[in-house]
Amino acid sequence: MLALEFPPLSHITNWGGYVGDGEIWEINKIVLVYGFALLFTWLLFFLGRKGEIVPTGAQNLAEMSIEFVEDGIVMDTMGEEGKKYTPFLLSLFLFIFFTNIFEVVPVIQMPASARIAMPMTLAIIAYLVYHGAGFKSHGLGYFKHALVPPGVPIGILPLVVIIEFVSKFLVQPFSHTVRLFANLLAGHILLVTFAVLTSALITPKWYAIFAPLPFAGVVFFTAFEVFVSFLQAYVFTLLTGVYINAAASHEH
Amino acid sequence: MSIAVLAAEGLTNKGVAALTYGLGAIGPGIGIGYLVGQSVQAMARQPESAGMVRTTMFLGIAFVEALALIGFVVFFLAGA
Repeated sequence: MLALEFPPLSHITNWGGYVGDGEIWEINKIVLVYGFALLFTWLLFFLGRKGEIVPTGAQNLAEMSIEFVEDGIVMDTMGEEGKKYTPFLLSLFLFIFFTNIFEVVPVIQMPASARIAMPMTLAIIAYLVYHGAGFKSHGLGYFKHALVPPGVPIGILPLVVIIEFVSKFLVQPFSHTVRLFANLLAGHILLVTFAVLTSALITPKWYAIFAPLPFAGVVFFTAFEVFVSFLQAYVFTLLTGVYINAAASHEH
Repeated sequence: MSIAVLAAEGLTNKGVAALTYGLGAIGPGIGIGYLVGQSVQAMARQPESAGMVRTTMFLGIAFVEALALIGFVVFFLAGA
């Protein structure tokens, strides 16, 4: 029969340390991905600073990403007064995108976002930023702004306040975390599944003729995961923008 | 082996978790399909507002998709 043995989840997400295995400061694959992502984000900021009138190379790329974040995320969610958040959202977007894209980079092939620590940390940072923006904009009246929607009858007001509190202060950061984490973990498992199938089918037996099918799956889903990496970085940043706008706006 | 025997053998913790995740993915599947379909219709009717519709569409997809993804996480917690 087919020698098909799917590795347990811990084998495809846990990595031993290259240096200092078991210590709190151990350097493993995940830390390397953080390092690369920080380096690339910093490089894009650094090389984009040249400020020549006719942009070339890296400056082109930097200006393109700034334009994308400012027009596609900041202007769509917050409008003109949200432009002061562009640097924060831009670094968030670039860092998430670079950690995600290592899912398809050969040799590494591990998205750091498939371990919950990174999405959770970023969601907590975003949580502090958007509630901080709310308090800065409304003072202590922010609780009224966040918890009491206008035009609710007094009878059901206690119920509405409880629901708003649970959804805005407890569930929102949780779903913000899980969306990024689970998407990337699912993509990683999908790629591993097709790779395991392909390697199991490369045998001298007659059913080796089916090996091209899962291999085509690997190729297709690798391209798909590039798209997912980009989309999840976009969605995470977009939602942060929406939350900041909901907390800080004065429209009601 | 009859199907009943096979089904009974499949009723391990993992089997039930996988089956339940499949059931839980139905709702978000319908939701995303409806959402994207309506967005495409809106974009076809008013191509000049396509940018705004696209942003809102991705936002809606993110909210609906979260349900399926929470189911995916629960699948791992229950199936372990």
